[in-house]
Amino acid sequence: MAEIIIRNLRKEFGSFTAVQSSSFKIEDGEFFMLLGPSGCGKTTTLRMIAGLELPSSGEITIDGEDVSQKPASQRDIAFVFQMFALYPHMNVRKNLSYPLVSQGMPTAQVRAKVSEVANILGIESLLDKPVGGLSGGDRQRVALGRAIVRQPKAFMMDEPLGALDAEFREHMSLELRALHDRMKATTVYVTHDQLEAMQMGDKIVVMNHGVIEQFGKPQDVYDKPATMFVAEFIGSPSMNFLRFDGSVGTGVKSVTLGHQELSVPMMREPFEGSLAFGVRPEHIKLTDKGPYRGEVKATEYLGTTQIITLKTTHGIVKARAAAGEVARVGETVGLDFNGKTVTLFDTQTGRALRSELNEGVLAHG
Amino acid sequence: MAEVKLQNVNKAFDQQSAVVDLSLTIPSGSFVVLLGPTGAGKTTTLRLISGLERPDNGDISIDGNSVLDITPAERDVAMVFQQYSLYPHMTVRDNLAFPLRSPLHKTPEAEITRKVSEVAEVLRISHKLDNKATALSGGEMQRVSIGRALVRNPSIYLMDEPLSSLDAKLRADLRVELKSIQANLGATFLYVTHDQIEAMTMATHIGVLDHGRLVQFGSPREIYENPVSLYVASRLGIPRLNVLPADIFGRAPKGAKSIGLRPEHIVQNSGKSAWVTRVERLGDQTRLHLKLDGHDIITLTDVHTRLGPGDPISIQPHNPLYFDAAGARIA
Repeated sequence: MAEIIIRNLRKEFGSFTAVQSSSFKIEDGEFFMLLGPSGCGKTTTLRMIAGLELPSSGEITIDGEDVSQKPASQRDIAFVFQMFALYPHMNVRKNLSYPLVSQGMPTAQVRAKVSEVANILGIESLLDKPVGGLSGGDRQRVALGRAIVRQPKAFMMDEPLGALDAEFREHMSLELRALHDRMKATTVYVTHDQLEAMQMGDKIVVMNHGVIEQFGKPQDVYDKPATMFVAEFIGSPSMNFLRFDGSVGTGVKSVTLGHQELSVPMMREPFEGSLAFGVRPEHIKLTDKGPYRGEVKATEYLGTTQIITLKTTHGIVKARAAAGEVARVGETVGLDFNGKTVTLFDTQTGRALRSELNEGVLAHG
Repeated sequence: MAEVKLQNVNKAFDQQSAVVDLSLTIPSGSFVVLLGPTGAGKTTTLRLISGLERPDNGDISIDGNSVLDITPAERDVAMVFQQYSLYPHMTVRDNLAFPLRSPLHKTPEAEITRKVSEVAEVLRISHKLDNKATALSGGEMQRVSIGRALVRNPSIYLMDEPLSSLDAKLRADLRVELKSIQANLGATFLYVTHDQIEAMTMATHIGVLDHGRLVQFGSPREIYENPVSLYVASRLGIPRLNVLPADIFGRAPKGAKSIGLRPEHIVQNSGKSAWVTRVERLGDQTRLHLKLDGHDIITLTDVHTRLGPGDPISIQPHNPLYFDAAGARIA
């Protein structure tokens, strides 16, 4: 159990700044995701929390205690890596017991602890097997078990499911989340997979080039992205940007694209210049009449839904519709945007303009 | 472009059957995706067609002519592997041009230049044409190896999970690209994957393989909406198919052992009562994890639902799938 607070954390490797100035708070018992593309600084941040790297400046506190300059061994944190590191010459039981035996725990207590953890992970039947013959999933379960068994204050996980194939990853991510719901241990989890982050996280930090772009609940980050980077990185297909030059004033509820007036949430700040009208695929409806037109270029059938790619005067737009809806390639149709969900961006800085929709989230983001 | 036909093909490695009595027609100009988990026989099928393996029995023909006794080179197939294999000492341009410069093809240099830049454009590697192949990222290398197949005009393109090593964004973009390339060329594609999204979005026909056997062949919509078995039904659908005892909602067709429910088969707010165990918000969709008589069910709900863990909800099936004890579809 631990609350982790990060203040102005910075890490430089020579002249390269891996993490610029991160601040965020991980509540006790939270499943917390560090999300971003490779090289964004997420793994470096995780390693600093674990004590595998020391920060260049800034502060990390675990349960109120400043641990910024303490070695990993004094932080009581367990680390799970992408490549499950198991002792190949030991069986599953010995692998699980090892962290406890090395702490000097009495044998009877070790046995009890190991069988409890094996039960949680559903690997009781494997306890006396050598780790060599285990499947990828079972190896990952044993690696997890070895982290859990010592009951550390917090878990650090660096893409633990990255090496697994899609179907199995889905299964393991559910299992991992269910395990967390039972144990309620603070977990910091690094991933580049936005779906994994949305699916498993209580909170998400989105990083890019060493900078935190946004921090918040997954659904808030999805619905109210603070930057164009976040809007593009989260969601598949990602948010559509219809780029236009124009101006908005505080209190307005629509913008003019080409000759069409499109509604937006009431704006809370004025802006003039290059804008992007950001709308998610599922908030676009195809209509027969709608004045904003697009030509259907492709459809991708997904079973429950389909993705329709359209060509408009403002570029390619992707819409998500029910699989039963008819869209013929080559046809020109109307597009109806759900104005309440729209975010306007300043395309120069990539920053979202404040509106009725996002002001609550951007204020403390 | 050609029709490729497999008739009663068998292939075993050391007594282990890889492909069992496989009969499959890949129509000219179609995009056929073979779908199945690891070990289903997908890659072996590709290798049999390309001539890298020889069937134990059965026949393989391209455009009506048996190809069993001709070499891989003479079969005029282009293959893209999961692991990119480029000539490391050559530039991207030369790697792409290489197949065209083969003595078998004798392409004029002007035509080569045109082809290479066209393909590079489509795969968005134009700016890297003069780089050494080794100076590329993994994603770029894979695009070059796809490009090396696309510059040619073979009777069939054989692709073995070519997108699986790319990141999610690029994979999504290339899915659309590959599909439109295939449609524009009118080319015949046989594409192997275990990724159901690739299969659903690109294929004109999906062939589902199970332990070396072709268990269903049809359009993505047919396979998704009208699966012949529990195995096929479980291959497709996100979130995955829910499988429950057949009579859990009351009367079931005679002989039914289990009922299969996709989100669109579940009507909420009437029927049998269940509990919400978890609400999973994925942004564009929200998944409800339910417990019904001790069984786990995952379905979709309104994105901004107010339901939370512990809340009651009632559900009932709507045109569900039924399967017998052997897993065969019965309704």
